[in-house]
Parts: sequence; structure tokens; C-alpha cells
Amino acid sequence: MSLANLKTLRDTADRFFTAVYDGLVAAVDFIFSFIQRLLGIKGMPYVFVLPNLLIFGIFILFPMLLNFVYAFTGGTSFFPEQRPWVGTQNFEQLLTCKNYLDPNTCVEDLFWRAVYNTIWYVVFQVAGMVLISLLTALILNRKIKARGFFRSVFFYPVLLSPIVVSLIWKWILQDTGALNGILTSLGYQKMPFLINAQQAQFWVVMISIWAFMGFYTLILLAGLQSIPADLYEAAAIDGANPWQAFTRITMPLLTPTMVVVVVLSLIRAVQVFDIAFVFTGGGPGTATLFLVQFIYNYGFSSPNKLFGLAAAASLVMAAVLIILTGIQLLARREEN
Amino acid sequence: MKSARLFAFLMVVVLLLTACGAPAAPATEAPTEAPVVTEAPTEAPKEPVELRFTYYADGVEADVMKPILDKFMAEYPYITVVLDVVPYKTIDEQLPAQVEAGEGPDLARITNFGAYRGKLLDLRGYMADPAYYEANFPAPILNALGFGGYPDALTITGPYVNKTLFDQAGIEIPGEGTTWEQWTEITKKVKEATGAEYAISIDRTGHRFAGPAMSMGATLINAEGKFTVDTPGFRAFAQIVKGWFDNGITPVQVWLSAEPVNSCIGPFKAGQLVMCMSGSWQINGIVKDVGDTFDWVVVPNPTGPGGSTGISGGSAVVGFASTKHPQEVAMLIEFLIKAENYAEFSAGTLALPAHKEVAAKGVQYKTDNPDVVAALGVYTNEVTKLTEQAASLNVHPYAFAYYRNSANRIAQYLSGELSLDDMLLNLQQDIDKAIAEAQK
Repeated sequence: MSLANLKTLRDTADRFFTAVYDGLVAAVDFIFSFIQRLLGIKGMPYVFVLPNLLIFGIFILFPMLLNFVYAFTGGTSFFPEQRPWVGTQNFEQLLTCKNYLDPNTCVEDLFWRAVYNTIWYVVFQVAGMVLISLLTALILNRKIKARGFFRSVFFYPVLLSPIVVSLIWKWILQDTGALNGILTSLGYQKMPFLINAQQAQFWVVMISIWAFMGFYTLILLAGLQSIPADLYEAAAIDGANPWQAFTRITMPLLTPTMVVVVVLSLIRAVQVFDIAFVFTGGGPGTATLFLVQFIYNYGFSSPNKLFGLAAAASLVMAAVLIILTGIQLLARREEN
Repeated sequence: MKSARLFAFLMVVVLLLTACGAPAAPATEAPTEAPVVTEAPTEAPKEPVELRFTYYADGVEADVMKPILDKFMAEYPYITVVLDVVPYKTIDEQLPAQVEAGEGPDLARITNFGAYRGKLLDLRGYMADPAYYEANFPAPILNALGFGGYPDALTITGPYVNKTLFDQAGIEIPGEGTTWEQWTEITKKVKEATGAEYAISIDRTGHRFAGPAMSMGATLINAEGKFTVDTPGFRAFAQIVKGWFDNGITPVQVWLSAEPVNSCIGPFKAGQLVMCMSGSWQINGIVKDVGDTFDWVVVPNPTGPGGSTGISGGSAVVGFASTKHPQEVAMLIEFLIKAENYAEFSAGTLALPAHKEVAAKGVQYKTDNPDVVAALGVYTNEVTKLTEQAASLNVHPYAFAYYRNSANRIAQYLSGELSLDDMLLNLQQDIDKAIAEAQK
């Protein structure tokens, strides 16, 4: 086939596709013009957000509203119409304690154990996460060799599913895991990584930091790179040492970013579930039972489900998350 | 510009093709061949019926069930039975919700009878011979099932012992009448003499815990049929197990690791454990996994002030009231409870029969392994020793309230998180609350 023939063929195809394309566009235009005539120009944004709104309504808003129904009704039935109204009984059951510092005195002691476990997890995980992410970001912000490679390495665990992360670490740390295998082959005793309460708690915090720190490191790195270099040059000319430069320039200018990182990691920490659930199952005992797993256990994992208590607990948790989100919004406003 | 238009056009076409494409094929394909009608030519051919049978297997149960279902389908060619083999977790957690929502299968193999109260199909009205059905299974089980199914296997709890370790230690395996305290001491001696990693353990479930507790004198179900956990017998056995933990002679991960239900059979199969208190359903797995690695035996349940008793249990094949094919479901169940089919299942799965006619005739288990034959003999003997409360625990309508909470609460005690008093108090409250909620 000659070049001229090829060109003719291409032009014919182009004319054909252009005609079909124009036809399709005209058809779409006709439909949307009709809708616009029907609803007016002000109604059109609603048409465009309708698909997303439907998905949001069916899968998020409706279950959220249904959650209120379950929280104020009792029994084990799945169907709302078969559940008797119990008022605030589920909340009273959850929140009644003789001594709030001793879960054993609470009507729903497991809920309070989960609350306290979640509090210590949030404190240690967020503190550890921010500190380690900051140190990593500071190192990666320097002109070190293979900087791009290291940035990828630290970000890589973020790309993994938390379930995969938990399984990998479980294989390493469980009683018959890789690490104990190495220890015993070297003549040492096995370590109770997952069956000693303190060790299990330590490892849950460490693993979640390992899994998520790449994300926060990236945010802090962006914050560090937005600090003008001439500030450091001016400080150096004035005789400031690296520590002074860090405390007087880096930290003050990084504070808004730090607040965002703290609040984001705080919200995520309160929601801890997947990593701990797969890694320790909430044990040993209830040493790593967190709030979301408490809700899951009561609402989903048992054959005879206590939906009311689970729904009430999730509303209590939602209140905490709303407060934290409010703080985040305030922090963003401050940053802007 | 032309290229951009061409690209845009192709994208639109791809999107339209994707959107307008034929719907995905259903998960189950239609049979490739039309069912062969075997009835007399004058009778109109029956509409094809598909029955969904949700099934879990501890071992080879599904493999043994399939040929029996094939026989059924050969006999009734218009009925197709689709065996959906799922993990036990699905049966335990998802199936009750599916059934509650009216989205359940036609049949299933279940263990938690209480979760399906009022949801099972009363088969008697659809069976050709309901009297045979009622006469051949224990009445308490049929009542617990609401006559909606049959127990396909009887299980009983009991201990496995590593005979090779006893032989190596030069210690004789004790027999009937040995107490839990004595077993603790003896297995400890075997562990020390052989260098085995662990001496003694029990599965992490309230079900397994209940038998020894009853042997120690616990009255878990009192005269009014209510659950009471704070009894001297329950306390005594909890303290014995705590002693295993404190003395470092038990694999603590069985009770303290991540799995919601954990068995000591893993360390036992690995040859690390002298004695594992589990149950008759483990025989297949032990045969398969231990092989010739070491010799093992089942010993009689240890005794105490409350006698010597295991806990009976087992699974049941049930039909659901929501089925669109109640007649065919009843036909299938009636086929499965025929003595020859039931016996075939028991023989192939090495399960103790709950079927009176089959039990009376005796089962020719499909094994030439003398260990298995001996183990089945010991378990069969344990059935005769069951105390009344041990036999009624599993079919108690509120057994779930004890099962759901006991393992976690006992684990809290064993990990040192709760005192014995607090554990018993909390467990009793959990049970009372769960029952009260279920009664609303």
C-alpha cells in the first residue's frame, strides 16, 4: 500500500470518527440541554453531583441514620421494626461505672478496657509517629546520598494493605514465628512477643508507626521544603548553630504542618482496628482490645449480635472523632 | 487536534461498550445437560430445582458428602444440589445474618443450633416417613433443631496423649479414674524426662472447658436450667489451668494468641505437647498430619468429684424455613438420613454416629489404622459416661451466651488481667446480659 493510499485511509477514518464523535456529543448536549430547560441553570450542579450523592446516601448516610435506630433499640434482631425501643439504656449500660478508673467496676467493663487501651495507644502511637516522622523528614531533607531511594523506602509500607503489614509482622513475631525460630536456633529462649501483654502493646504501636510513618514524613518533608533557604543562610551569617537554626527557624515555621500531622495521626489512631485485629486479635486477654474492635465484636463477630450496644459505642466514638475533626479544621484555618 | 478527537471518540466508545455490555454471568452456571426425566412418560417432567447447601468441613467431610449427593442427584435428576464449601467462620458469623435477612441457602451444616431458632424448616410435614426420622435421633437434639434437620455427627470432648513420649519417659499411661491433678503431675514428669516443650493443655473454648469443670463438680446448668458459673467445680478447674500457666508447662499461646478459637492440637501434632484436651473431631486431622511421626492414643476423660465426663456436641444438617423448595429439601434430608447413606458419611469421616439404627448396627470405619480404631472405641465409651448436664449443654437454647463469653473471660484470668473472682463475676454478668437481650 502506497503512502498516498495510507493518507487517504487515515483521512477517511478520521472523518468517520469525527462524525460519530460529533454525533455523540450532540446527543449528550441534547439530553443535558433538555434537563437544563427542565431544571434551570441553577439545578444543573445537582444533576452532576447526583451519582456521587446517591452512593454517599446509600452507603454512608443511610447506615449512619440507621445506627441511631439501633443505638436506641434492644434485642438481637437484625430488623429495626422487630427491635424494642429501649431509650438511652444502651448508653447507660456503656457509660455506668462506680469508679471510672477501674474498668472492673463498670457495667460494660470491656468497653472501658477498650477506651483505656485506645487512649494509651493514641498517646504513644501519635507521639512516636510524630517524633520518628520528623526525624526521618529532617534526615531526608538533607543532601544525603541516594535521597530519592530512601524517600521511596520510607514511603513503601504506606502502599501496603494494613492487613498485609499485620500478617507479615505476625509471621515474624508469633510464638512459632521467624524471630523466635532464629532465637531458638541460636540457643536462646523464645520471646513472648505476642503473648505478653506489654510486649504485644509495644509491638502494636511499633508496627503501626512503621506502616504509616511514610505518609506523615512526606507531609513534614513538604513543610520543611517550603521554608525559604535564605532564612538559614541569614542565620548562619549571624552565627547561629544548627540547633539554634532548628529551634528558632525550622520548628516555628513547621508548626502549622506539625499540627496537621498531629491531628491527622490522632484521628487515625483513634480508629485503630485492622492492624491490631489481625496482629493480636485484641489479646492477650484484652491487652490490645481497642474501641473499634469492641464495636466489631459486639456488632459483627458473634452469632448472636448485640447491635444496640455496638451502635451506641460507635456513636460515642463518633462524638470523639467529631471533636478531633473540629480541631483539625481549626488548625487548617490557622495554617491558612 | 485530530488525534485528540480520535482519542476522545475511542474513550467514549470504550465507556459505552463497558456500560452497555452484557451482564456478568451468574456465579453458578446452568447445567450443561438437560435433566433426564425418569418418571413414567405420562407424568409431566418436573421443573429443575437447584438447592444451595452451605457446608463447612473440619477435615474430609465435604469430600465424603459429595458422592452421597451425587447419588441423590442420580436418583432425582431434576434436583441439583450445589455444595458451597465455606470456612467455619462463615457459618459462625455470616450465615445467621443471611438467614435472618431471608437471604440464606436452602440447607446448611451448622453447629450453633440456638442461632437459628424459628428459622428452620419443620421437615416432618414434607417427609415421606417422619416417624423414621423422629425415632432415629435423640429427641433433645431434634427439639433443639425444631425438627429442622438432623445431627450428622456426634462429637465428644476428650484428651489426646502422645504415647511415644510416655514410652520414652518409661511412664505408663494412666487409665480410667485418673484426676486432673494427677494428669498434671504425670504429664509434667513426662515433659521433664523427655525434654518435650509442653506437658498439658486444653483448647481455648468454653465448650472444652465445661467438661473438666463438670468433672470437678461444677453445676453449669442448675436445676432451673439457668447458667451458673461461680461454682466450686468451675473455680477448681480454672485454678488448675492457671497452675499450668504459672508453672510454664502449657503452650500459653493457645489461650493468649490472636485466634478467637484456638486448639492445642497444633502443638500436639508437632510433638511438642504430651496431652491435649480437645475432641473426637480431631481424629482425621491427627491421622493425616502426625502419620508415623509418633504414636498417640485417646484416654478416658479425667475424673473428679463430679465424675468423668466429656461434653457432647456436633454438627447438624438443617433446612431453612425460607427455602423456596421445602419439599426437595426434605427429600434430600430424608435421603441423607437413610441408614446406608448416614453410615457411609460416618465411616468416611470417622465420625461417631448420632443415628440410632446406624449406631446399633455399628459403623465399619474406613481406616486400617489401629490408633484410629482404638480412639473411636474410647470416644464411643465416653458417650455412655456423659452426665445429664454435659449432654444438655450444647443443645441448651442459651448455650451461646456461655460459649460467646467464656473463652475470653477465662483468657483474661489466665493472662493475669482479672482475678478469679472478677472473672467469674464478669462471666456471669455477660451470660445474664446476653440471655436478657435475646429474650427482648
